[in-house]
Amino acid sequence: MSVTDAPFSVDKPRSPQRPAARRSNFELYSWLFMRLSGLLLVFLVLGHLLIMLFLDDGVQRINFAFVAGRWASPFWQFWDLTMLWLAGLHGGNGLRTVINDYARKDQTRFWLKMLLYVSMIVTIAVGTFVLFTFDPNIGN
Amino acid sequence: MASTTAHSAGAADRAGNARLGGTLYRGDPGMWSWVAHRITGVLVFFFLFVHVLDTALVRVSPNAYDVVIETYKHPVMVLFELGLVGAVLYHALNGIRVMLVDFWSKGTKYQKPMLWTILAIWLVVMIPGSYYLLVKGFADLFGGS
Ligand code: HEM
Repeated sequence: MSVTDAPFSVDKPRSPQRPAARRSNFELYSWLFMRLSGLLLVFLVLGHLLIMLFLDDGVQRINFAFVAGRWASPFWQFWDLTMLWLAGLHGGNGLRTVINDYARKDQTRFWLKMLLYVSMIVTIAVGTFVLFTFDPNIGN
Repeated sequence: MASTTAHSAGAADRAGNARLGGTLYRGDPGMWSWVAHRITGVLVFFFLFVHVLDTALVRVSPNAYDVVIETYKHPVMVLFELGLVGAVLYHALNGIRVMLVDFWSKGTKYQKPMLWTILAIWLVVMIPGSYYLLVKGFADLFGGS
């Protein structure tokens, strides 16, 4: 826009001529997701901790055979897969908020978020891959 | 802090106490409940990262997995387990409180009693939980096995 085209006044921010399509509801859905996933994680994560750390002999009984025994059941496979995805997305989205709050320079914010997104993709992808391709006879 | 100059409101703010009839958020237990929620959330996320990678070793070999999981079995690690359980439990309970504040019509009115309630629940779970894990840790450390 050349200088001579400049309007005499700037539109009011909420004036109807402003294109509404530029607004996105992403943050609303992210807010809602934190609450819905949190509700499910209460059962998934606290149940997981109770089983793994307190029942029977806690961590002392965990080894390859124990994992093989659990993942023989579709129920625990599904439990672990859901927990992996929800915790990864919930925790990652939460960390995105934290980075947005504290990073002072746009560059720092950008790179911290890239680091976060890469680590989220790695965790969720590796975890999902392991769950779907687990082989109880890998040692033989 | 008893100054009556124009700066006194700012000073009370920085001193961190809920003056002005409890309308100041800064320094209020409500602020600390949020700080703790944030810290526990971030710490648990970091552990999730490590934990997915250590579990992924089941895809490498039974031996690789067993060797690494052995580190979690050292008796001193019960302290780490306690820290993890304490952090997750606080974050979960406070998360439920946050949801009640957001969605329940009386949530904001009862946010403070709800904070004391979740802290009480946290203690009621953590005291026997710590006792159980610490006794087990000591038995493993000195009982020899
Ligand atoms: C156990 C059940 C859980 C519940 C009920 C829960 C609940 C919540 C809620 C409601 C929020 C949003 C707070 C807000 O918008 O002010 C939140 C934030 C967060 N959660 Fe969770 N969560 C749970 C598990 C987890 C887990 C397993 C992780 C880590 C992997 C995690 C990491 C985070 C992080 C990093 C934040 C952002 C904190 C902030 O913005 O201050 N949460 N959680």
